[in-house]
Amino acid sequence: MNAAPQALADIKVVEFGGYAAGSHAGKILANFGATVVHLESHGRPDGFRLEYPPFKDGVAGVNRGGCFAFFNDSKYGATLDLKKPEGLELARRLIDWADVVIENMRPGVMARIGLSYEAISKTNPGLIMLSTCNMGQTGPRAHTPGFGSQLSSLAGFCGTIGEADGPPMLLYGPYIDFIASLMGCSAVLAALDHKRSTGKGRWIDLSQYECGLHFMAGALFAYHRDGTIAERNGNRDSVAAPHGAYPCRDGRWLALSCWSDDEFAALADSLDCRTLADDSRFLRIESRRNNTQALDEALTASLRKRDAETIAKTLQHAGVCAYPVNTVADLFNDPQLLERRSWRRRKHPEIGEQAYLMPGFDLSTTPGDVTHAAPCLGGDNDTVFKHFLGLSEEEFDAYAGKNALS
Amino acid sequence: MGGMQSGLPDSLLSGCKVLDLSGRLGWLAGRMLADLGADVIKIEAPGAALDDAEWRALNVNKRLLRLDQANRAGRQAIERMIGAVDILIETARPGDPTDAWLEPERLSRLNPDLIHVSVTPFGRSGARAGWRGSDLEIMAAGGAMALAGDPDGAPLRISVPQAASWAGAHAATGALVALSHRTAGGAGQHVDVSAQASVVVALAHAPTFFDILSEAPSRAGSHITGRSVHGAVYRAFWPCKDGYINFVIYGGPAGRRTNKALVAWMREKGLDLGPLADLDWDTFDPKLATQEDVDRIEAPLLDFFRSITKSEFLEGACAREMLGYPVSTVADIAADPQLDAREFWQDLATPDGASERHCGPFYIADTLRPELRNPAVDDAGSSASILRDFGFSSEEIAALPTKRTEAAA
Repeated sequence: MNAAPQALADIKVVEFGGYAAGSHAGKILANFGATVVHLESHGRPDGFRLEYPPFKDGVAGVNRGGCFAFFNDSKYGATLDLKKPEGLELARRLIDWADVVIENMRPGVMARIGLSYEAISKTNPGLIMLSTCNMGQTGPRAHTPGFGSQLSSLAGFCGTIGEADGPPMLLYGPYIDFIASLMGCSAVLAALDHKRSTGKGRWIDLSQYECGLHFMAGALFAYHRDGTIAERNGNRDSVAAPHGAYPCRDGRWLALSCWSDDEFAALADSLDCRTLADDSRFLRIESRRNNTQALDEALTASLRKRDAETIAKTLQHAGVCAYPVNTVADLFNDPQLLERRSWRRRKHPEIGEQAYLMPGFDLSTTPGDVTHAAPCLGGDNDTVFKHFLGLSEEEFDAYAGKNALS
Repeated sequence: MGGMQSGLPDSLLSGCKVLDLSGRLGWLAGRMLADLGADVIKIEAPGAALDDAEWRALNVNKRLLRLDQANRAGRQAIERMIGAVDILIETARPGDPTDAWLEPERLSRLNPDLIHVSVTPFGRSGARAGWRGSDLEIMAAGGAMALAGDPDGAPLRISVPQAASWAGAHAATGALVALSHRTAGGAGQHVDVSAQASVVVALAHAPTFFDILSEAPSRAGSHITGRSVHGAVYRAFWPCKDGYINFVIYGGPAGRRTNKALVAWMREKGLDLGPLADLDWDTFDPKLATQEDVDRIEAPLLDFFRSITKSEFLEGACAREMLGYPVSTVADIAADPQLDAREFWQDLATPDGASERHCGPFYIADTLRPELRNPAVDDAGSSASILRDFGFSSEEIAALPTKRTEAAA
């Protein structure tokens, strides 16, 4: 547990839904001290618990999923059967307790079970609700089901990965969901600040699609201004040359780019490569851009004789942008990620030790942390309903007896 | 500070003042804070060209102040403004002596309530804090390139740069966590954003495979692998009349519903169903299919997708509640009726009478999308007006380097 004060220590959050986009927003708040309750039911646990590997020892189980755990650290896990009136009643009490509700159901589902923002803000007028879904709450396609992995195609990302003459390429996982979770988190925090000065809550309608488009904003602006269509173009760049990834002797790849003729001269010098230094086609940046194939071949021949890590250091020393292409395994040994303790290992009762990822920012006087491993399904019912909501033993048992907590 | 522009009184961050000194890594952070209602002042050197599409798209909604940071009087004026703002965003290179005036400890003495956000490629501490990285190297360092591209080809970045947006979105979130703490009674503090660490978030749970099973996911290519115990590979991108469609034969309830709807659609169009005519989707399990099974099923689908356009698929799939989306270009996105219905695009007039189309603010609050307020262009007197808001006198303003002069070095 973290002894340092945490920035959001007074904020209480309840999450309805699952998968990535809602859960990840709540995780960031939890990493900075918010008390976050991830609400599920035994009938319908979070889809990430059972549908997505990896599982501990490769064996699926409701509390064995590394994917679910990865997006739900530092939270409390509670279960309620929302189909039972007593379950819904407790959900309403949790919402009244909370400052923030995060939900990523299909539009209309919360309203159908009586938990529309209009309904729940009557008893908790300062409540902030973040509704995050594929297309947003309105519009002709509001109710379209969809996976974030495919939404990345609709938002233009997949079409701009790959070689110019080849097919589009996939992104790993629901790339766009994490854009939306960060933006959703920002909107919630801004709404909390507003609530502190006015007492007023807000309903935030977030379209994951629209959030993703903000990561394409420059390309979209260029299209609207002069019709330019951003295309996939391998690793090429409109300014820098060379600009790409090259295989090295140790089996790793090195990413490097030169943004001026001076940087290129430093590169050729650092590699002690006459082919690069003497070829007149490589003297000027425009000419290098027009001769990328020859340039890449010469660079590849030279870099194949060197190790990625060593040459990256040499090139950086000479003022050239260069970094080894980190594989997923390399990320656990990267010196900069180790320096900022991006990975925090915490022990989960069934998964055991797991590395959880901190957000890409940290605070100097109220730093974030992974306060504990992800919860088991309903694993914190006691804490949530007795401690947070203040139910007596008798009340708790009565609800449990009516299967409201299943 | 009377007369300070603070956006609409009811906007989420009304009254919050932000000074944005950032380069590309920080632009989105300031844009997000502006969209949330903060008064964001973007500082650019006098004479610097601001017509780059990325600059325009990510600095709209901020107020533009031309002031020369390289000039001592300019720096002193900025320091004075730092004393009066809530949030500062900067992208100074760690260890660069010309940026020593932006050291967090120094600025914190100047304004203890300041939330000081530093956005750098690799964070402000550590042996590689001073390393240089453009979009490409940051995507490489963050692990994103190792997961994109053909397994037999080179690791790839997304051709539209992404690393700065990951850093910017993290920076805005970090600034607001710190603001929340301050509003609750805490002091200002420093927010350290690493673009590399921000990119790792984009990899979803890929690191967990290595962490708990010692399996490292690698480049995904253009096909879905790892779903069949027989090693069958499923197509993800299907050529259509005017590009590609992203469609995958999934299992599970949503997948089964989608597969049935697709076959019904093909039947409506009178297409040859081949082996799909007798296929029972309720018992078909993608985990157990061989490559031969997959190839037989996919052959008639190839013909179907070739016969339709991207927009036909988008409309048809939506009406049938199917999974799958077209691979859109920016032109397709610009014409998407869903975005029009939600008034996502906003047109802003520029002083020369032209109009610029931008992505509107990224959220809708209480059923209203906020409006963009500032076109972020040079306007006669705009710099002076901002400086007056900060209490500079006319004489002080006249002496400041807000215009490009022959003498400016």
